[in-house]
Amino acid sequence: MAAREDIAEVAAPRVGGLTFPAWQRLLTVGVLIVGLAIPLFVRNFTVFQLTLVMIYAIAILGLNLLTGINGQFSLGHSAFYAIGAYTTAILMDRFGVPYALTLPVAGVICLIAGFLFGLPALRLEGLYLALATFALAVATPQLLKLSLFERWTGGVQGIVIVKPDPPFGLPLSQDQWLYYFTLAVLVVMFAAAARLISSRTGRALKAIRDNPLAAKAMGIDTALYKSLAFGVSALYTGVAGALGAIVIQFVAPDSFTFFLAVSFLVGMVVGGVGSIPGALIGGAFIMFVPNLAEQVSKGLAWAVYGVILILVIYVMPTGAAGFVRLVAGRVARVVSSNR
Amino acid sequence: MELFLHQLLAGIATGGIYACMALAVVMIYQSIDHFNFAQGEMAMFSTYIAWQLLAWGWPYWGAFAATVALSFIGGVVIERTLFKPIRNAPVLSHIVVFIAMFSILNSVAGFTWEYTIKSFPSPFPSEPLFGNRLISAHDLGMIGITVVLLVLLYVLFRHTRLGLAMRAAAANPESARLVGIRVGWMVALGWGLAAAIGAIAGMMIAPIVFLEPNMMLGILLYGLAGAVVGGLTSPVGAVIGGFAVGIVENLAGTFIPVIGKELKLTIALVLIVAVLMIKPSGLFGRTAVSRV
Amino acid sequence: MSAHLAVRGLRAYYGQTRALHGLDLDLAEGGITALLGANGAGKTTVLRAICGMIRSEGEILLDGKAIGGIAVEDVVRLGVAHVPEGRGTFVRLTVEENLGLGAMIRRDRAEVARDIERVYAHFPLLKERRRQQAGTLSGGEQQMLAVGRALMLRPRVMLLDEPSFGLAPRMVAEVFEILKAVNRSDRVSVLLVEQNATLALAFADRAYLIETGRIVMSGSTAEIGADENVRRAYLGY
Ligand SMILES: Nc1ncnc2c1ncn2[C@@H]1O[C@H](COP(=O)(O)OP(=O)(O)OP(=O)(O)O)[C@@H](O)[C@H]1O
Ligand SMILES: [Mg+2]
Repeated sequence: MAAREDIAEVAAPRVGGLTFPAWQRLLTVGVLIVGLAIPLFVRNFTVFQLTLVMIYAIAILGLNLLTGINGQFSLGHSAFYAIGAYTTAILMDRFGVPYALTLPVAGVICLIAGFLFGLPALRLEGLYLALATFALAVATPQLLKLSLFERWTGGVQGIVIVKPDPPFGLPLSQDQWLYYFTLAVLVVMFAAAARLISSRTGRALKAIRDNPLAAKAMGIDTALYKSLAFGVSALYTGVAGALGAIVIQFVAPDSFTFFLAVSFLVGMVVGGVGSIPGALIGGAFIMFVPNLAEQVSKGLAWAVYGVILILVIYVMPTGAAGFVRLVAGRVARVVSSNR
Repeated sequence: MELFLHQLLAGIATGGIYACMALAVVMIYQSIDHFNFAQGEMAMFSTYIAWQLLAWGWPYWGAFAATVALSFIGGVVIERTLFKPIRNAPVLSHIVVFIAMFSILNSVAGFTWEYTIKSFPSPFPSEPLFGNRLISAHDLGMIGITVVLLVLLYVLFRHTRLGLAMRAAAANPESARLVGIRVGWMVALGWGLAAAIGAIAGMMIAPIVFLEPNMMLGILLYGLAGAVVGGLTSPVGAVIGGFAVGIVENLAGTFIPVIGKELKLTIALVLIVAVLMIKPSGLFGRTAVSRV
Repeated sequence: MSAHLAVRGLRAYYGQTRALHGLDLDLAEGGITALLGANGAGKTTVLRAICGMIRSEGEILLDGKAIGGIAVEDVVRLGVAHVPEGRGTFVRLTVEENLGLGAMIRRDRAEVARDIERVYAHFPLLKERRRQQAGTLSGGEQQMLAVGRALMLRPRVMLLDEPSFGLAPRMVAEVFEILKAVNRSDRVSVLLVEQNATLALAFADRAYLIETGRIVMSGSTAEIGADENVRRAYLGY
């Protein structure tokens, strides 16, 4: 886990006259332009799917802030996703709050929920933490079904919400509008995550990940930071859940099972633990690969999915981000040694 | 009082299932140092193999022995083919491969044997033992088998060179290599043993919960709860933990009105978390330095 | 005297980075050879490379037979015992189990039992704590345990990575006495990495000096100890 330094930070080899960070920026702008253009050229259903990819990416990024940056595991992020989704659904359905305003509320509620869950979780490490969060994931759908809360949650039936129309009479379909709306949220949240990681707080979080004892000795309040990491992580995933509710127009307990938490974990590992852009790749993976597997074989879809997953891990044991870094490092070395 | 006693015994009976599974969980934990999510599915798959053998007309104990042997080999093969190549990959990547195994086994079982519920025979007599109606002969037999397994494992780990080598390989692979232990094979052996124990657990559990591809999901969870409550480093603790979870689950489900059936699972989980809060290494588990 | 262990052009790697850059070394049969050098010079790396713990290139000959590229556990089976940096204690196992593990590859049970008693005779402290979890031993006690564990192999070659680390001066003298005795009685060849150069030079008969992954000087301990630069840099006078 030690060799996670960005190659770009260690040395700045130039490839094609540009440094690694410059390439990254160029690539970011390129991806953004493509992202802006895509919905104008593809079917509404594809737009809808791509919106979901972005939503998953935000959720995975949330998990990544916890695991990749702070070194804590969670198999329970489906719970925060659910809390975000239900917050939005209840606010829209029962209280008539406009959808955009529900996002910050969902975020704050999840921040608090995550922070509170993070406090007791402080005592747990590694596998034990994974188990405690696993418990959270399994308990969530059951709690949502509880008749006690049925007045708000709609019990097993869940809540159906109305799909928002584009504002200001924009000439867009509902799906296209939600795509752009999600894209905007994603850009803000990804940028914020990048800022967070390179800030003082981010360094403290990484120090805790790499050596908790030393971090403590350096005067970092590990308890506070670890709970905070849980809170922020939950905030991201909660906002993703809120967006998910709006886009899918429906929430129900069984959409937020342990399976969802596992998907986030898979997405994170496939994209690359600790990588921000990797979250997008992870989001795309958990969105499209199950469908792909189903096309290969209907009856054995999940077996095919498992095989694909194993192959991906074999080819890229440290995820897509690690793979890209490895290849980029090789290229840089070859280029610089040819000079 | 009658009701209490009845629920207590019922708890012990289901606790036996969890204890069996908890034992398998602890086994694999001891030999690979993390938790195998696909453990339940491996047990389920083994049980289907037994079912298939029985369907082909094998006698019960023949099918039982063959299944245990096949599962052992299967466990070893899985480790050698799937996990050996990614030995140096990060732990999270291993967990993803567990997840992949989970979906492969579940899907293949469903595809081969269909998702309909099948009944699975018990090797024990069906009439109640000694005329008591509180606990069935199968429950007693299952508990007996769990205890026998536990004793065998205890002897293996505490009193044989192989067991010592396996513990050393799991605890400190690098040092283990330096004394000449073939760590890779020890890990594979751990997988084999865990698969074999899982197979036995599956065949003991299936007569009670019936055989279907998803039969193990909840049970693995309870078994895990038991293992964690007891302490992941202690096979005895795991078995006691398994029984404890079974008893608490039944009593709480009966006597605390708001809980009822739906929330039984949540209760088990709250229990895990509560125990972890108070004793982060479980009731019988030991932290790195404390003499047992 | 022929070389028991010979190393030719050894290069060793951590991932992509090379830590040793072509290094020659001879270990005389039944001799004691010291490997000296500053922190980070590559001493530990040499020992690791010899017993196959890390990737290396070049030739490693044990009794004239190439053992480069052989897995650690097989090198150990050829009679090479390694007391690693950081002691390598099995913390959750008992002291006696730790010692037993040292003899894991041996079949002669009666002899093993006798050897355990021999180690206890060397280190009575360990005997007192035989049923105790090894992780609860003090640092110095764990160092004794590491040496004891290596002796349990009945090795032909011993690779010792700072065996004096964490030991009280009196204990250091004792450990070195024991090692010397074993070296004489069993004709074990010893390769000793040591920070304390004075001690190492007094104990060994040959020495190598290593700097950033290269041997910069070698010779008898008398020659090395007399060298002006060595005196200034390593002996402090
Ligand atoms: N596991 C590792 N991964 C990467 N580099 C390493 C590793 N271990 C050692 N190195 C590097 O190899 C070089 C030699 O290290 P080595 O441990 O052999 O030094 P040493 O001579 O034993 O030092 P000391 O006296 O401090 O023990 C150092 O530059 C070190 O940074
Ligand atoms: Mg060293």
